[in-house]
Amino acid sequence: MKKLSARRRHPLAALVVLLLALACTGGLYAVFAPTSPAKADETAQSLTIEEGKKLYSVGCASCHGTGGQGTSDGPSLVGVGAAAVDFQVGTGRMPAATSQGPQVPAKKNIYSQAEIDQLAAYIASLGAGPSVPTEEQYGPEGADIAEGGELFRTNCAQCHNFTGKGGALTHGKYAPTLEGVSAKHLYEAMQTGPQNMPSFPDTTLSEENKKDIIAYLDAVNSDKTESPGGLELGGLGPVSEGLFGWIFGLGGLIAVAVWVAARTAKAKKS
Amino acid sequence: MSSQDIPEENLPAEHAGRDEHGHDAVSVPDDKHPFADPGLPPHEHRVQDVDERAAKRSERSVALLFTVSMLATVAFIAAFVAIPVDKSVFIFPLGHISALNFALGMTLGIALFCIGAGAVHWARTLMSDVEVADERHAIAATPEVREKVFADFKQGAKESALGRRKLIRNTMLGALTLVPLSGVVLLRDLGPLPGTKLRHTLWSKGKLLVNMNTNEPLRPSDVAVGSLTFAKPEGLEEHDHEFQNEIAKAALMIVRIQPENIKDKRELEWSHEGIVAYSKICTHVGCPISLYEQQTHHVLCPCHQSTFDLSDGARVIFGPAGHALPQLRIGVNDEGYLEALGDFEEPVGPAFWERG
Amino acid sequence: MSTAQERRKAPAGERVADWADGRLGIYSLAKANMRKIFPDHWSFMLGEICLYSFIIIILTGVYLTLFFHPSMNEVEYHGSYVPLQGQLMSEAFASTLDISFDVRGGLLIRQIHHWAAIIFLAGMFVHMMRVFFTGAFRKPREINWMFGFLLFVLGMFTGFTGYSLPDDLLSGTGVRFTQGAILSVPIVGTYISMFLFGGEFPGTDFVARFYSIHILLLPGIMLGLVVGHLILVFYHKHTQFAGPGRTNKNVVGMPLLPVYMAKAGGFFFLVFGVISALAGIATINPIWVLGPYRPDQVSTGAQPDWYMGFAEGLIRAMPGWEVNFWGHTLVLGVFIPLVLFGVFLGIIALYPFIESWVTGDKREHHILDRPRNAPTRTGVGVAWVTGYIIMLIGGGNDIVATHFHLSINTVTWFVRIGFFLGPVVAFIVTKRICLGLQRRDKEKVLHGRESGIIKRLPHGEFIEVHEPLSQEQMYTLTAHEQYQPAEIGPTVDENGVERKVKGSEKLRAKLSESYYGEGAQIPKPTAEEYREITSGHGHH
Repeated sequence: MKKLSARRRHPLAALVVLLLALACTGGLYAVFAPTSPAKADETAQSLTIEEGKKLYSVGCASCHGTGGQGTSDGPSLVGVGAAAVDFQVGTGRMPAATSQGPQVPAKKNIYSQAEIDQLAAYIASLGAGPSVPTEEQYGPEGADIAEGGELFRTNCAQCHNFTGKGGALTHGKYAPTLEGVSAKHLYEAMQTGPQNMPSFPDTTLSEENKKDIIAYLDAVNSDKTESPGGLELGGLGPVSEGLFGWIFGLGGLIAVAVWVAARTAKAKKS
Repeated sequence: MSSQDIPEENLPAEHAGRDEHGHDAVSVPDDKHPFADPGLPPHEHRVQDVDERAAKRSERSVALLFTVSMLATVAFIAAFVAIPVDKSVFIFPLGHISALNFALGMTLGIALFCIGAGAVHWARTLMSDVEVADERHAIAATPEVREKVFADFKQGAKESALGRRKLIRNTMLGALTLVPLSGVVLLRDLGPLPGTKLRHTLWSKGKLLVNMNTNEPLRPSDVAVGSLTFAKPEGLEEHDHEFQNEIAKAALMIVRIQPENIKDKRELEWSHEGIVAYSKICTHVGCPISLYEQQTHHVLCPCHQSTFDLSDGARVIFGPAGHALPQLRIGVNDEGYLEALGDFEEPVGPAFWERG
Repeated sequence: MSTAQERRKAPAGERVADWADGRLGIYSLAKANMRKIFPDHWSFMLGEICLYSFIIIILTGVYLTLFFHPSMNEVEYHGSYVPLQGQLMSEAFASTLDISFDVRGGLLIRQIHHWAAIIFLAGMFVHMMRVFFTGAFRKPREINWMFGFLLFVLGMFTGFTGYSLPDDLLSGTGVRFTQGAILSVPIVGTYISMFLFGGEFPGTDFVARFYSIHILLLPGIMLGLVVGHLILVFYHKHTQFAGPGRTNKNVVGMPLLPVYMAKAGGFFFLVFGVISALAGIATINPIWVLGPYRPDQVSTGAQPDWYMGFAEGLIRAMPGWEVNFWGHTLVLGVFIPLVLFGVFLGIIALYPFIESWVTGDKREHHILDRPRNAPTRTGVGVAWVTGYIIMLIGGGNDIVATHFHLSINTVTWFVRIGFFLGPVVAFIVTKRICLGLQRRDKEKVLHGRESGIIKRLPHGEFIEVHEPLSQEQMYTLTAHEQYQPAEIGPTVDENGVERKVKGSEKLRAKLSESYYGEGAQIPKPTAEEYREITSGHGHH
């Protein structure tokens, strides 16, 4: 958002606004335009898809194309599946504020879960893809935390850090922190590989594996996680430990040294 | 200040400063020496020196600190006995922490700190604070002592006849030079010679690529475009004695790139339908490199940020690595599983002198 | 008879002392040292921080050896930490988990040990800088400077071998890096690596080998150096800042017994107390979340402890140069940082000898310089620290990138350029600041202190009243020596024969000029200047 406000006064801002307005108009037109091939059956599912399509036209079509075929501003959504939509929209990444910047950040989600489901149904109808996981798939029952830890260190820690605190990628991209990310979204991210994250489909990282990883994260990176030794210092390893040691350790000791060596107050001369 | 120690040629011409420097002894500033050293200022009394009540207060403070220390030690022992080792408590800015560790740390800290604080407060307020000047003495010996030492040494050297009897001297030096060699030789069995160990991995023709996560051999259909998979050679199990050494060389990173997006010809040749297998071990200093960005096909090393382009023969595009990641040539066997078509053609991991 | 009775009545303490003196000669030692004088200044206690944290490290380290198993045998974990249940790990890692979770107080001692190590190294760094910037390394203390420097370097390696012992994923990555760096050494690299690790990396030997290096070899050498360092401090007597009554021939302060016994002894407890409290509230190296080492696993944010951070920065900033010739590979991308690591540290270690060569000064120095009065030295020091800090930033470039929303590539480029540019800029800026401060001191001596009081003179002019400095202040501000640049001696000897001027002589003259030449220092106020101004007081 900061970036947006900084660019508000950019000479091209007016043009961008105009284009956005045009895109929205175009989107609106697409909603009402009779071109979409309406399906004959009147099931609830197709209604949902229909609703989703409307939402799509307003919020997504400007970048992803009116039929989800993708444009230069956004990739094709054919075959990404409902799980991808649920993740992208559910974590607020989509719709993206701007396509600038190295990476689209997570932000406040502006859709209700029902709307997200509708959008997801529409996208799923464009081509087969991973569907939204069920509670059973990502829930904690029967998960092996220790196994999840090993899997996490093999597959995830290289980008997201030991306990999912996040880390840097090339050219300003980053692997975000996994703190506070819901189990469902974790599952969907692994399955669909949002943005630059590679996917970990069930064929290579089984459902059981994913469940274990989610359970591990819940154990080591949630608000109830124990840090027996005390302050966690961001869980970033030696950099924050070193800073803490310098500032509070050595800094504190120097403050003590100043007291030890200082002159004692003299009696006032009368 | 004596200048006799400064060889004439090296002497910085700081005679201008000499005057000021000579004022060490002058204690009364006059016209010639306006900046003269007035000498140690007279001692000023502290409150505690003149007011017995203040001194009493200091005494009580010191005693209080020592008493607090005693109490803290008792609390330390109590905490050690009373708090279970696995008990966790929530303490506001610290989070869910071990109750025992926190209690022991704080009580020990207080017990020690109060001893120190008491001693320092005692020294600062009740012990004499009169500043005393202590004379320094030159560290170098007087010329007489120096003469004597040299004379003694010459006498000793002469009596040993070391200079005269060259044979003794030379053989002794020879013996003393040789004898440490036995120590060096003893270090030989610290490890084997390198041989070709760094050149070979467990991979060989026909070895299946086994998924690290599921421990199942991989099929081409398992590997989707944009996914990332890690593999080990068939037959290598975590419980194996040599697992760590072997995985350190054999670890594999598998991605699938649309064949038309593969820029390097050899890479395409060595792939299977766009599935490429690269060594997971960075060619810089050997970190397991695997920060794969599926849109750019860049893979970044988390240790030193070497960046490789997996769509272009894994060549280095940023960072300190000196050469591309080695690629493993793969194919599919009769049963439809991915298999290696041989070992890596170049050594994996960090470069070394014999690598060539 | 009465004397015999008195002797019998001598208190027990005295009798014990007599007994010891008869065997150890302690009285002559005590005579020289019991009332030894130590000057009071907070910065003189930095070394004590190091000494005490070293003692704390030894005490806690001995405790840890009682529980730690320096073995790389693979075991399955069945201790109390749930997220690692059933995982394969080395015995070293498992025993460290036991120390942390099952031994009461074990976690505290581990954390004290590690925090004390962080503070030990940080303390040595600051102590070394204090000695550097005040010129305390000058004759007769050059050897002690070298002792201190060696302690710093050995401390770095003791720390490195120490944090590698638990065989966790983070430290294992560090060991892997070390092995990769060793491999880059031309000709012998692969041999050293094979010998150090008992074969291929990681092997099953390095924990046990690092263990004996960490607990025996390096601390043994360090203990010897610490003792030597302290003996020399006692022998040379402490330096002091210039001030009234403080000369190069005396040392002014409080006696060891009782004041310094209480202050220094008390300070030990203060240091120990602060570090214990720190270990009670802040976690360090939580190996249980890092997991056991596997050569095919890694985490982002893989950094060494801070004191190795600048080496990490060097290696991260280096471009990937590699030269292949005649079937051999010269891994410059790793080997150059390895060499630079030594050279960069070596510069600061050798500086005292360079400076004493430039000044040609062979006298003893016991009065400390204020950093401003040695602008070139201060500039060199700040330049060095700047280079060091830039490399520290480089060592944490990924953390810097994520926390300041920067591109990691930009940060790396900043470090690459900054390493060369930063020290130069720092040198110039520092020197100018020093000269500015010198000028201000001169002003103060000649014109007095600005009092902030504005006075209107009878004829209407406004002036600020300047308060003259006290004699103490004037002395303190003018007590420093100023060198004149050394010139190349006469090029013809007394017989008129021309001699050849050596290159080193020319270099020295040049350096000396840049140290003490025109514009490199502000001449101290002279008695004449002062007289002129004070006699002219009143008219303004």
